[in-house]
Amino acid sequence: MRKFKEFIIEKLILVCGIASIFFVVLIFLFLLKEGLAVFNIVGPFNFLFGKSWYPISDPPQLGILPLILGSLLVTLGAAIISIPIGVGCAIYIAEVAPLKIKEILKAGIELLAAIPSVVLGFIGMVTLVPIVKNVFHLPTGLTALSGSIMLAFMAMPTIVSIAEDALYSIPKTYKEGALALGATHWQTIWRVMLPAASSGILAAIMLGIGRVIGETMAVMMITGNAAVIPNSILAPVRTLTATIAAEMGEAVVGSEHYFALFAIGIVLFVISFAINVTADLFLHKKQ
Amino acid sequence: MKRNPHRTQNIAFFFLLLATLLIVVPVGLIVVIIIQKGFPAINWQFLSDMPRQGMRAGGIFPAIVGTIYLVAGAIIFALPIGLLAAIYLSEYSRDNPLNRIIKLAIVNLAGVPSVVYGLFGLALFVIFFKFGASILSGSLTLGIMILPIVITTSREALESVPQSFREVSLSLGASKWQTIRHIVLPNAIPGILTGTILGLGRAAGETAPILFTVAAFYLPQLPKSIFDQAMALPYHLYVISTQVPNVDEKIRYGTAFVLLALVLFMNLMAIIIRTKFRKKKKW
Repeated sequence: MRKFKEFIIEKLILVCGIASIFFVVLIFLFLLKEGLAVFNIVGPFNFLFGKSWYPISDPPQLGILPLILGSLLVTLGAAIISIPIGVGCAIYIAEVAPLKIKEILKAGIELLAAIPSVVLGFIGMVTLVPIVKNVFHLPTGLTALSGSIMLAFMAMPTIVSIAEDALYSIPKTYKEGALALGATHWQTIWRVMLPAASSGILAAIMLGIGRVIGETMAVMMITGNAAVIPNSILAPVRTLTATIAAEMGEAVVGSEHYFALFAIGIVLFVISFAINVTADLFLHKKQ
Repeated sequence: MKRNPHRTQNIAFFFLLLATLLIVVPVGLIVVIIIQKGFPAINWQFLSDMPRQGMRAGGIFPAIVGTIYLVAGAIIFALPIGLLAAIYLSEYSRDNPLNRIIKLAIVNLAGVPSVVYGLFGLALFVIFFKFGASILSGSLTLGIMILPIVITTSREALESVPQSFREVSLSLGASKWQTIRHIVLPNAIPGILTGTILGLGRAAGETAPILFTVAAFYLPQLPKSIFDQAMALPYHLYVISTQVPNVDEKIRYGTAFVLLALVLFMNLMAIIIRTKFRKKKKW
């Protein structure tokens, strides 16, 4: 009897073990099921590179190029801000900070990672957006730049914690060897540790950027949501994620608009899949 | 001109410190601003009253209750599956392609954008299973979303139990499951608890997955069953800060404060449990 019970439990454990694979496949299949129908209306090329997104005009125009460019612009801005700051902070925490301060800083980074995106969006709206508006004398502060700054803060915790892990996992002998040869601490970091940790740091950057591309609420609240091809970082934009979040509530189930929003979901899923698989390869690269 | 390496080092370290401050100071400011402006709005009436006058007055009670229901539902779903999956990965799986694929799937599950979870929940639970926009649909969607967090942290906790514990138990004639049940799990409970609480915090703060699966714009009553729609704190904050004009600033900051306090409280608990556990660890 006990043998039988254990047999059941072990099978259950196996089933749960492969549940993650099941859910990833399930998510992808359901996105395809609901989203592929859009290609009966527009071809894949016109969908991805069509210049106008007017989903409720008649006939609907379902080109997501403005949304892709919006996402790219905001992400690029966030990357430019968050990569140097994030990697710098990771080096500081891993190498420079005294032990006690190190723990406090790590807790601070965890705190930032825990703040819900809707709270960051709200804070961005009431503090950052007026500042951007006044500094650049714009009609509205709801711009790609505001989004980039706010999203940089969502990418930083990821970048810092993974890059710090990468630096931490370098064998101590590397560092000791360099120091023993007379290099200063900074020379050791710059010439020995950073190159040794480069694949981990690269993975950290990629995962941070992945977080930014997928971020929804903050970006919807502070980028102004104009679905046109952006001509400047000081113009309002709309991202792929914000489009889904803002429009799905009004889209009629089974309409072209509904299919198109799911197709955007497919695009996002594929992007995040590619980023995560590549980052995982970097993280597990044999030294 | 020969550069002085020590001066270079000082300059470099200055910039590293600057980068750190550029993260830490804004984080501190965000928390301080929300506490300073949100805390005065908090009183018993705000926490226990229905929203009134189109959310421009009254309290946020149904949003708090809705979030508690959603989070509880999510963890009821995610904890058993996540824990068993972690047991599989740490105790049963070998270093083979299946194991590799499972790990990759977990990484990907963690990386799927939250709004895509929303789409998935809409397609599967709301439409395909015909649960409608309900607490059930929202909880299941959030549950799948926090699964990677529960699996990863539980697995780390299980793997940190020394191998010798298992060997002793097995050598005394205990079966593999008995060893896991009576030796490995009890020693890993603090770590598992940490992961569970982190998952709860994440589920409480997410907005995009509940947008189309459960969240009600304005519903001044409590949900009666798991097939009802419900309000939720993060969505409520989104609604009153972007969708409803002329909401008193106090109500917005108050809502943000309650949400942030809830999420940070859970994270703080997780950190405390983890630190205590590390100190008490005997191996």
